[in-house]
Amino acid sequence: MADTALVDALQVGAVGSVIAEAGPRPKDLTVRLGRASDLPAVVAVLIGQFSMALATVVATDETATPDGDLKVRYIFEPIAPGAPDQFVTLLVSVDPARPEVPSLTTSLPAANWHEREMQDLFGIVPVGHPDPRTLVLHDGWPRGIFPLRKAFDGARRVPVEPAEEFPHMVAEGEGVFEIPVGPIHAGIIEPGHFRFTSVGETVLHLDARLFYTHRGLEKRMEGLSPLDAFYVAERICGVCSVAHGLGYCEALEQIAGVDAPQRARLIRSIALELERLYNHVGDVGNVCAGAAFHYGTATGLRLKERLQQMNERIAGNRFLRGLVIPGGANLDLSDDLLSDLAATLRDTLSGLDDLMGRIEANPSVVDRLDDTGLLQHQAAIDLAVAGVAARASGVDRDARRDHPHGAFRDSRPPELHVVTATEGDAMARVTVRAEEVRESIRLVGELVRRLEPGPLRGAIGEPVPGGRIGISAIESPRGEAVHWLRTDAGGRVERYHLRSPSYHNWPAVALAAETAIVPDFPLVNKSFELCYSCTDR
Amino acid sequence: MLRIVMNALRTGVVTTRYPAEPSVPPVRFRGAPVLRPGSHLPPTAVCPAGALSERFDAGGRHVALDLARCVFCGRCAEDPWAGAITMGKDFELAARCRADMRIEVVAEDTAFVRAGPPRDPEAEAARASAEIHRVLGRSLHLRHLDAGSCNACDWELSALLNPVYDVRRLGIDFVASPRHADGVVVTGPVTRNLETAVRRTVEAVPDPRVVIAVGACAASGGIFGEGYASAGGVDRVLPVDVYIPGCPPRPEAIIFGILVAVGRLSARRPPRS
Repeated sequence: MADTALVDALQVGAVGSVIAEAGPRPKDLTVRLGRASDLPAVVAVLIGQFSMALATVVATDETATPDGDLKVRYIFEPIAPGAPDQFVTLLVSVDPARPEVPSLTTSLPAANWHEREMQDLFGIVPVGHPDPRTLVLHDGWPRGIFPLRKAFDGARRVPVEPAEEFPHMVAEGEGVFEIPVGPIHAGIIEPGHFRFTSVGETVLHLDARLFYTHRGLEKRMEGLSPLDAFYVAERICGVCSVAHGLGYCEALEQIAGVDAPQRARLIRSIALELERLYNHVGDVGNVCAGAAFHYGTATGLRLKERLQQMNERIAGNRFLRGLVIPGGANLDLSDDLLSDLAATLRDTLSGLDDLMGRIEANPSVVDRLDDTGLLQHQAAIDLAVAGVAARASGVDRDARRDHPHGAFRDSRPPELHVVTATEGDAMARVTVRAEEVRESIRLVGELVRRLEPGPLRGAIGEPVPGGRIGISAIESPRGEAVHWLRTDAGGRVERYHLRSPSYHNWPAVALAAETAIVPDFPLVNKSFELCYSCTDR
Repeated sequence: MLRIVMNALRTGVVTTRYPAEPSVPPVRFRGAPVLRPGSHLPPTAVCPAGALSERFDAGGRHVALDLARCVFCGRCAEDPWAGAITMGKDFELAARCRADMRIEVVAEDTAFVRAGPPRDPEAEAARASAEIHRVLGRSLHLRHLDAGSCNACDWELSALLNPVYDVRRLGIDFVASPRHADGVVVTGPVTRNLETAVRRTVEAVPDPRVVIAVGACAASGGIFGEGYASAGGVDRVLPVDVYIPGCPPRPEAIIFGILVAVGRLSARRPPRS
């Protein structure tokens, strides 16, 4: 049993107790560490010996329970090719009187933002963190108030205190310029602040400050009935509505012990592919905008619009909201809709083939994309980068295959061809995206062929079982999103946490930008095409 | 190059005729919920966004729906309340006043109560189309302002510039600088982290200016509501001229709202001192 070998190896690295049990899912493993100071050594074993990557970090406030503590769960997943669908949770207890954990960031760069976030929201200090600046709570938030602690009333408006200017991390020296951009940008895009330091056009360093759209959604969901909270989860991010709605549902269904019926699972996977399609097709067009190739931009926008109109015919909403629902699917796919869909996808495919042909035949576009915004393979692994960005840097990861969800949970799952490239530049990200469009269209065809008459929804009774944890990972258009949900004793949402793919990918954008010149930054940014709203929550 | 021209010719004109011709949403589209007076209306808790409220008086149970808060999820129109509330097809819902977006009916009775001044969407549409004629040849330049949106409303604003909606044909455009704008379209509930940026951007727009709140979050806080990180709607921070309900509003609904706002431009209060 591999788990025994793993636990034995962890015990070797630890001074304190190491107690392992199955969970949250039967195939997962939760390891309680008696001493938080053992974390760095144990994590080194997981990453080195067992080729695992950080999936997410979840802090909880359990001071009002008999445990009377704060807890931090560091959740890892194996990333070696052919690895099983498993999450390994390292659980440490933190004393509320002295809320400290050793920082992992120097040896595990992917932990950087997770640690800063739990410092802001829970007051748990990552001791030894190389960059302990605030992350989620911006200027004027009073010190010592931690909004995700249970004692904090989420509806409370906290006064803004006078604040000093945020200490941006910048390079200094002769001829070095600082270029501040945002948070309000010149186009119709989400808000974020980018502080470039450059010499001439060359970017020396990019310090990205996000979390402007932090709406406190995890706190907003606490105390709600899990069925009501679904509508919030579905709206965390507009362009990942299906992925996040589905991730929440699968976590909730684990807790409730309800399985979505087979037809619903197929419809969910079709919805997920339709979301990927309108995103990817629009993204290819948007990259053209960054390279001033307007024919490509207009074509991408037109193809995306056609798909979003199709979404509205299927789900009554252009972002497919209302299709996925806890327990299954809320709407069926009629034969009329399916033939409409087939025709739309045929046109999308020929439109995309033409668009990619025009891009590849246009040297001035290719020249802008080639070797621009390089993300090295090892950097993608160190930062636990997800989705297209990872696959374009040669990391063969796709949650549809690695953590089966929707129709991929069938005993005979559909075939999936995971597209990868090795160059790691903007061109690779565009071509991987285009190839994934083709694969998605093929996959939708296969999923539709598998549709058989049957029920759409399994009933989730209330109250939902209390004190249980659900975990799911969904391949959204931007990569793997990890959802973690726990119910309280009364079956309400006690804690929900979403780690979106963009959360892990943003630091990679900053790295890739440092290989580019300032005017290419929009192109680099668009080739990653990340969300702010599901990063910020 | 030749192939690009040939492809463009083959594609032809894809632009919609809206608003000169009506836009008919698809069968499954969820527009404004229609509350049937006298029916067994659902408990208000069924709405995850808090758009339903109730009060009791001698006339019985009054149930009100706040369109500004509604996220058009359709949950109140599902079994067992399907007869009492149905999801309508109306998407031209923009209004100049929050009270105009409240629809109130009396449950288990046939009385129909309207809150606020009566709403007449047809007259509003007629007024708007008259405005199009008046303003064509002039232009309304808008600055987009993301105040913490989920990006869905933002994408629909971008869609206004795609070849299908192409709002430039109506004299509407989006500009990069607030200094060049006649108004702002705001999406999102105004987060704490953006409140200063929102105020400063709007102040940078020359007076007179219009402020258009696009989508449920901007119009009322929507499902996110008010909390430690969210102000709960644009009008908590700034005066709003036009509210456009939706989660998100479809592009035609935003076009309608912008045209409603155009009428407002001449009727706006004098510049603040």
